[in-house]
Amino acid sequence: MSFLKINNATKSYGSTKVLRNIDIDVEEGEFLVLVGPSGCGKSTLLNMIAGLENITSGTISIKGQTMNGVHPSKRNIAMVFQSYALYPNMTVGQNITFGLEMHGTAKPEREKAMNEVAEMLQIKPLLNRKPGQLSGGQRQRVAMGRALVRDPDVFLFDEPLSNLDAKLRVDMRTEIKKLHQKLGTTIVYVTHDQIEAMTLSTRIAVMNGGYVQQLGTPKEIYDAPANLFVASFMGSPSMNLVPAKVVSNGDGIFAQLSTGLSEQVNLRFSNPTEALKGFDQKEITLGIRPEAITDPEGADRKARHIEQITNRVIVTEPAGSDTYVMSSLGGKDCNARMRADAQVAAGQNVPFAINMDKAIPFDPSSEMRIA
Amino acid sequence: MVDQTTSSVAMAADYATPTAVKPDLRTRLQNLIPKLVLSPSLALILVFVYGFIIFSVYLSFTGSRILPVYDWVGLENYEKLFRLRHWSIAIKNLGIFAGLYIAICTAIGLSLAIFLDQKIRGEGFLRPIFLYPMALSFIVTGTAWKWFLDPGIGLEHTMHLWGWESFQFDWIKNRDFAIYTVVIAAVWQTSGFVMAMFLAGLRGIDNEVLKAAQIDGASNWNMYRRIIIPQLRPAFLSAFVILSHLAIKSYDLVVALTGGGPGRATEVPATFMYSYTFTRNQMGIGASSAVIMLMTIAAIMVPYLYAELREKK
Amino acid sequence: MSVASTETAINTGRITRTFIYLLLILFALFYLLPFGIMVINSVKPLSEITGGNMMSLPQVFTLEPWLKAWNSAQVGVEATGLKPYFWNSLKMVFPAVAISTVLGALNGYVLTKWRFKGDTILFGLMLFACFIPFQIVLIPMARVLGFLGIAGSTPGLVLVHVVYGLGFTTLYFRNYYQVFPTELIRAAQIDGAGFFRIFWRIMLPSSGPIIVVSVIWQFTNIWNDFLFGASFADLDSQPMTVALNNLVSSSTGVKEYNVHFAGAIIAALPTLLVYIVAGRYFVRGLMAGSVKG
Repeated sequence: MSFLKINNATKSYGSTKVLRNIDIDVEEGEFLVLVGPSGCGKSTLLNMIAGLENITSGTISIKGQTMNGVHPSKRNIAMVFQSYALYPNMTVGQNITFGLEMHGTAKPEREKAMNEVAEMLQIKPLLNRKPGQLSGGQRQRVAMGRALVRDPDVFLFDEPLSNLDAKLRVDMRTEIKKLHQKLGTTIVYVTHDQIEAMTLSTRIAVMNGGYVQQLGTPKEIYDAPANLFVASFMGSPSMNLVPAKVVSNGDGIFAQLSTGLSEQVNLRFSNPTEALKGFDQKEITLGIRPEAITDPEGADRKARHIEQITNRVIVTEPAGSDTYVMSSLGGKDCNARMRADAQVAAGQNVPFAINMDKAIPFDPSSEMRIA
Repeated sequence: MVDQTTSSVAMAADYATPTAVKPDLRTRLQNLIPKLVLSPSLALILVFVYGFIIFSVYLSFTGSRILPVYDWVGLENYEKLFRLRHWSIAIKNLGIFAGLYIAICTAIGLSLAIFLDQKIRGEGFLRPIFLYPMALSFIVTGTAWKWFLDPGIGLEHTMHLWGWESFQFDWIKNRDFAIYTVVIAAVWQTSGFVMAMFLAGLRGIDNEVLKAAQIDGASNWNMYRRIIIPQLRPAFLSAFVILSHLAIKSYDLVVALTGGGPGRATEVPATFMYSYTFTRNQMGIGASSAVIMLMTIAAIMVPYLYAELREKK
Repeated sequence: MSVASTETAINTGRITRTFIYLLLILFALFYLLPFGIMVINSVKPLSEITGGNMMSLPQVFTLEPWLKAWNSAQVGVEATGLKPYFWNSLKMVFPAVAISTVLGALNGYVLTKWRFKGDTILFGLMLFACFIPFQIVLIPMARVLGFLGIAGSTPGLVLVHVVYGLGFTTLYFRNYYQVFPTELIRAAQIDGAGFFRIFWRIMLPSSGPIIVVSVIWQFTNIWNDFLFGASFADLDSQPMTVALNNLVSSSTGVKEYNVHFAGAIIAALPTLLVYIVAGRYFVRGLMAGSVKG
C-alpha cells in the first residue's frame, strides 16, 4: 500500500465524465507531476485529492486512510494555488499562520513556525506587508510558506508558476526542486507545461480526455511514449510524426518514406521489436525527435545506427544554441536540430543524419507505440 | 513547524488496507450550513412574494369587496375591469406614459452619455448634477414639479412677469395634457440614471477598435452608428427593463404630482388598484388589476432574467 | 478592455465641442432648476412667493418656513411639523437596511461560493421578487401584518422593506462575490476555516465597496418609499414621505408654499447627503450590478 493511493477514481458532472478510472500510487517523498492540456482533468484530480471536489466513485487514501468525504482541513494536506490565493486583507505573517490558527495552535508556536518558514523562504522582511504590496515572485513564496508551515503529509501544487514571467518561472522551478530535495516531502504538482513536468518530477502522469495516458519517470515518458498523444505532447519542439511503410529484407526492417526530393528512402530500425515485424508492408507513424535528426558532423557518435539522407531545406530557424532546419519527410514538415554553426540555407539540398536508435514506430490506427 | 496530524495514524511504511473514515460531523454540517443560511431569506421570499401572489390571484377570482371573501366568481372581476372606463383610461395613460418615458429617458440618457464621454472638462462636476434627482423621493420630485408647472405661480407666471405675456404652459391643469407632465417629471428624475448606465457601457468599449475604425476612415457619426451604439446593446436592454418596470409600478409620482387628476386624467393602473381596493372597497377588482400589472411586468422580466442567468452558467 | 485609459479615442472638432458644452450646460440647468428654485423659495416669506417671481432671489431671508415645516406645520390632522415623522423614518430605515444587507451578503456568499443544484433557480426567484408590482402583495400583506400583530407599526414596515429589498441586496453581493477568487475560499477551507469563519475573516474584510452600495441603495429606496408607508403605517409610524404628501396636499387653509418646499427639502436631505458623501461608490457599484444583471 502506498503513501497516497488513487484507486479507480472517477469524476462525473451529471452525465459528463471528466475523469475515468484513475489509478495512481504515490510513494512517500515522490514528486508526481500531473501534466496535460487544459480540460484534461488534472486540476479536478488535484482538487479531489485535496477534498475540494467529491469523488464520484473509487477511493483516494493517504497513509492508508480513505479520504472520501473527509473535510479538506482534516486531510493534513497543503495546497499552493495558481493565483496564490493569498488573503488580501491579512498580512503575510497572518496569511502564513491562518491555518495554524484555525487548527487551534497556540500563538507562540505559530510565531515560531512562521519564523522558521520565513527564514527558509527568505521572506522575513515581508511578514508585515499585505499581499497587494508584493511582487509575483514574493507572492509565490508566501503561498509556499503558507503550505510549508502546516508540515503536511502531501503538498499539492496547482500550476503554481503559470502566473510568473519566464525568467522568474525558471528560478522558482529550481527553488521548488531544491525544497523538495531538502524536505523530502510528497508532492503532487499540476502543470500544463511539459518542461516543468520533465524537470521537477520523479514521476509524471500524462493526462488527456480524463484518462491517464502514461505514468512513468520523465525518461520513460520522453524516450518511450506510450502513444501518439504522449509523443506529441511531451518535448519541445515536439516529436516529428511522419507516415511511413514498413519493409523488410535480409538486412533488417526498414521504414520506407519519401523525402522532399521525391525520393524513396529506407531507414533501418536499430532494434526492431517482434511486434514491428508483424507490421511488414503496413503503414505506420514514425516518431523521431528533432534532436535525433542532425547534420552528419553533429550526430551522436554512440548511436548504434545512423541513417544519412539528403533532403531539401525548406526553412531554417536559428535559435542561438542550435539551428532548427525544416524539411519534408513522408509528405510532412520535419524538424531537425543542427548545430548552431551548421552551414545550411533554405532551398539547399543537404545531408541529414537520423539516429535510428531513437526512432519510435506507432500504429496509426490504435495510436499506440508498437512494442 | 508544527505537526498538524489530527488523526492518530501509525507512521508505518506500509499502509495495509485502507480504513474507511466516515465523513465527520463537521464536514457534514458544513455541507448543510449554506442551505440553512439561505433558507430564512428563501422562506420570506416564498411566502411574502410568491405566496402573496397566489393569494392575490385567488382573490381576483372572488367577489371580495371590503374584506376578502372566498366565493369563486370566475372571470367576473376581469370582465368588469375591462368594461370600466376608469380602467381603460388608466391603461391608455400607462401606454402613453411608459412609451414616452422609456423613449425620452433612453434618448436623453444616451445623448448625455455620449456628450460626457468626449473628454469633457468638468465631467466630475456635471455628472452628479445629472444624477442627483435619482436620490430624491418621487414625492419630493412631484412636489417640486407640481409647483414649478403650476400656471398661477410657476413657470407660466414667471414668464408673464418677465414680459412674455402670451406664454402659456398649463398642461398640469389640462385634462388632455396632464399625463405629459408626469412624463416630464419622471424623465427629470431617472434620465441621469440612464445616462450613467450608458456611460458605463461606453467606458467599457475597447478603444483599440475605435482607433482601428479611425484608421479605416470612419467619421465620428459612423463610428457611433456602426460600432459604438451596437456594442451598447446590453445597456439598452438593462435600461429598457429597468425603465419599463419603473413605469408600470409608478404610483408615488402620480399621487404627488397630480393626484390622478385633473379628474381622472392621469389615472394609471397603480393608482387605480389602490383606490379600488382601499377606498372604493372593490377588492376583487383591485386584485384583478394587480394581476394584470404583474403579468405585464412578468412578460418583460421573465425572459430577461432567464437569458441573464443562463448566460452566467 | 484597455487598462490604461477609459477615455474614448474619439476626437471632436471645435464647433461640435462648443455645441456639446452648450447642451450639457442646458441639461444641467434642467436638472438643477426645479430643486434649486425650491431651495430659493423655501427661505422667502409666503407673500414674496405668491406676489413675486419664483426666479428672483429672496428679498427677505427667513428660516421661518423651515422651522415651521419641522416643528409646527399641519400634517394631516395634527400640527406637529415633520419632526416626528422624520424619526419614524429613521427608526424604520436603520434596522431594515442593516437586516437586508446582512441577509443579502450571506445569500450572495452562499449563491457564489457554496453552490448547489438549483441555486440559479432560487436566485432567479429572489431576483424576480425585486421587480414585482407591489400592488400584487398589498392586500395579503395587510392581512398578514395584522395576523402577526405588527400592523401599522415600525417593525411591520421593517419586515416589509427587508422582504422586498432582499432581492436587490442579494443581487449586489452575488455579482460582487462572483468575481471574488474562489481559490481563496478553497485555501481557507484547507487551512481549516468553516463557513462562517471564511465569511467573517476572508469575505467581509474585502466587501467594503459592495456594502456601501447595498447600504446606500437600501437607504435611498426605503427612505423614499411611499406606497408601503401609505398602505401599512398608522399615525405613530408614518414615514417622512407620507407625511410630506399629507403636508403638501392638505386642503385646509392657505397653501404655504415656502413651508412645503422646506418640508420637501428636509425629506430629501438624508438621501441627498448620502448621495453627496458616497455617491461615487454607489454609481460605480450600481453600474456593475445593473449592467451585468
